[in-house]
Amino acid sequence: MSAFAVLFRREMRLAMRQSTDSFMVIAFFVVAVVLFPFGVGPEPNMLARIGPGVIWVAALLAAMLSMDRMFMGDYEDGSLELLVLSPVPLELVVLVKVLTHWLTTGLPLIVTAPLLFVMMNVPEDIWPVLLMTLLLGTPVLSLLGSVGAALTLGARRGGVLLSLLVLPLLIPVLIFAVGAGDAVLYGAGAKANLMLLGGMLLGALALTPWVTAHALREAVA
Amino acid sequence: MAVFSGRDIDCIRGERQVLSAAAFSLESGGALTLRGANGAGKSTMLRLMAGLMRPVAGTITWDGVDIADDPHEHNARLAYVGHADAVKPALSVLENVTFWGELAGAGGMAAADALAALGIGHLSDLPARYLSAGQRRRVNLTRALTSGADLWLLDEPTTALDAATTDALTSLIDGHLKSGGMAVISTHAELGLAETGTLTLGGAA
Amino acid sequence: MLHYFANPTRFQRLSRRVEPWLLTAMLVCFGAGLYFALFSSPVDYQQGHTVRIMYIHVPAAWMALFCYTAMAVAAAVAMIWKHALADVAAKATAPIGAAFTFLALVTGSLWGKPMWGTWWVWDARLTSVLVLFFLYLGYMALRDAFDEPGRGARASAILVLVGFVNVPIIKFSVDWWNTLHQPSSVLRMDGPTIHADMLTPLFLMAAAFQFYYFWLVLVRIRRELMVNRTRALRHRQASG
Repeated sequence: MSAFAVLFRREMRLAMRQSTDSFMVIAFFVVAVVLFPFGVGPEPNMLARIGPGVIWVAALLAAMLSMDRMFMGDYEDGSLELLVLSPVPLELVVLVKVLTHWLTTGLPLIVTAPLLFVMMNVPEDIWPVLLMTLLLGTPVLSLLGSVGAALTLGARRGGVLLSLLVLPLLIPVLIFAVGAGDAVLYGAGAKANLMLLGGMLLGALALTPWVTAHALREAVA
Repeated sequence: MAVFSGRDIDCIRGERQVLSAAAFSLESGGALTLRGANGAGKSTMLRLMAGLMRPVAGTITWDGVDIADDPHEHNARLAYVGHADAVKPALSVLENVTFWGELAGAGGMAAADALAALGIGHLSDLPARYLSAGQRRRVNLTRALTSGADLWLLDEPTTALDAATTDALTSLIDGHLKSGGMAVISTHAELGLAETGTLTLGGAA
Repeated sequence: MLHYFANPTRFQRLSRRVEPWLLTAMLVCFGAGLYFALFSSPVDYQQGHTVRIMYIHVPAAWMALFCYTAMAVAAAVAMIWKHALADVAAKATAPIGAAFTFLALVTGSLWGKPMWGTWWVWDARLTSVLVLFFLYLGYMALRDAFDEPGRGARASAILVLVGFVNVPIIKFSVDWWNTLHQPSSVLRMDGPTIHADMLTPLFLMAAAFQFYYFWLVLVRIRRELMVNRTRALRHRQASG
């Protein structure tokens, strides 16, 4: 069996047997969005106006919430040292971790999003575009989050620190994702936004595993 | 005949100088026991040998090639058993052991055989969260057996082991050496290995 | 252990010799710059005396970027060549850069009140500077988050390089976002035409800030080296 399959099977097994983690992320996502009508009032046009942005920001925060555990378990029980010392390239280990993180948080967020579109009265014409932005954007969250997760291993208050480090770096994703919905509403078409998001995904895919692997080696040294 | 050696090794851990001008040499079939008080740098030495850390000064070489020059090659020939047991409570014992064996590639003992050799074959289906400290330690040690690695780096392998298991471990290490392997073991206990050098650490400040 | 401090010792000697010159150059530039900025430069026909805030704001914003670049370069040197002094330089630069960034934000806000009628406008430039401020905060927080200083140094070096790669992307995206949401062009902070009389104080102030940075960073590096030496002595004391 290839190293990828071996790693992937282990990560998925661990994730499946601790699936309450995934559930909590989704619950946080929904609760965070549901707070907004209470905060700004239930006026449908207002909700429709802020809906895409609110949903994206909540998705960002929900993804951050689960991020610090990406390497934490392996770091604490000594598995991380052994993964660093295994003959398998550490970059591959990172990619598998990121993929698992996306499958257990990003993908459930996308599946839940339509429910929140309904509740926030988001116009139906922009549903497909918003789902596309989530599909392209959430992997970037997992990738950049992996850098933060690796850098904050062993830090005091790692979770809060991680958000402080990573959230500013995610501003471009937020801008282009929410902008895509607006672009469709104004009749401009969302092609440019989606292309830019896709570009960011490719760039992150090429660079972050390498950076994260480097940070992990530093963390166990 | 491979040679694993190091010389003039200085290491600063945190901000404390742990090792100064340490040296060792080891050939195929040989073992090295690391001794010294707590904090003398035994674990640090093993981590340096594994390539987890780099020495501040000095070199560690395998057949004359610095291990830092080709970490992948070095990883493929070593099995490191550290303080932490790296056992996932959510996986079964067999799943735990199989994963690391498959990750290391073929060449070592089968997972079930390794568990049996350390006397925990009957636990293989049990989720690892039910294991005692000694049992977890043994699961950790199976990794050396399944890896098929030439060089075993064992950090206090006898911690939490009873006398019978310690004997079993000693004969497993002996077998590994007889087949041309190498082992570096940090320990307070007397393992009774046939042929072993000793490196006593400490006194660096 | 001795060779470890050999280089820093040489640095300390050199630094002590250079510092007074930098301090003098800074004071001269500040004096001249402030004179031109406050008394001998024309009043802007649109902004009035408010334009004088620019002589602080613009150099501060330049320094904010300059310091981040300097940190990234120092971090790269520290990472690739394991140069201890480069790492200390990165650490010493961070709070200075953060202070310049903060100054740029505050002066921008002070300028905004009379110009825009409000303390804060989500202007593209100001927003980018705000994000840069967050990057500085993240660096300092990460650097300080570990019990072992070496780990904090290595982790934050990686972070500042990741941030450096991201700065142009953030800048681009914020500009994009700004044009999308404010199609009616608000009054720009610096129009394309700057009166020549305004350039003199601007460049003098920029030079003053630059000298100030170099002077302060040398002082801070020396201080940091002394702290390190104290720590080394403490450790020797602990190990008897």
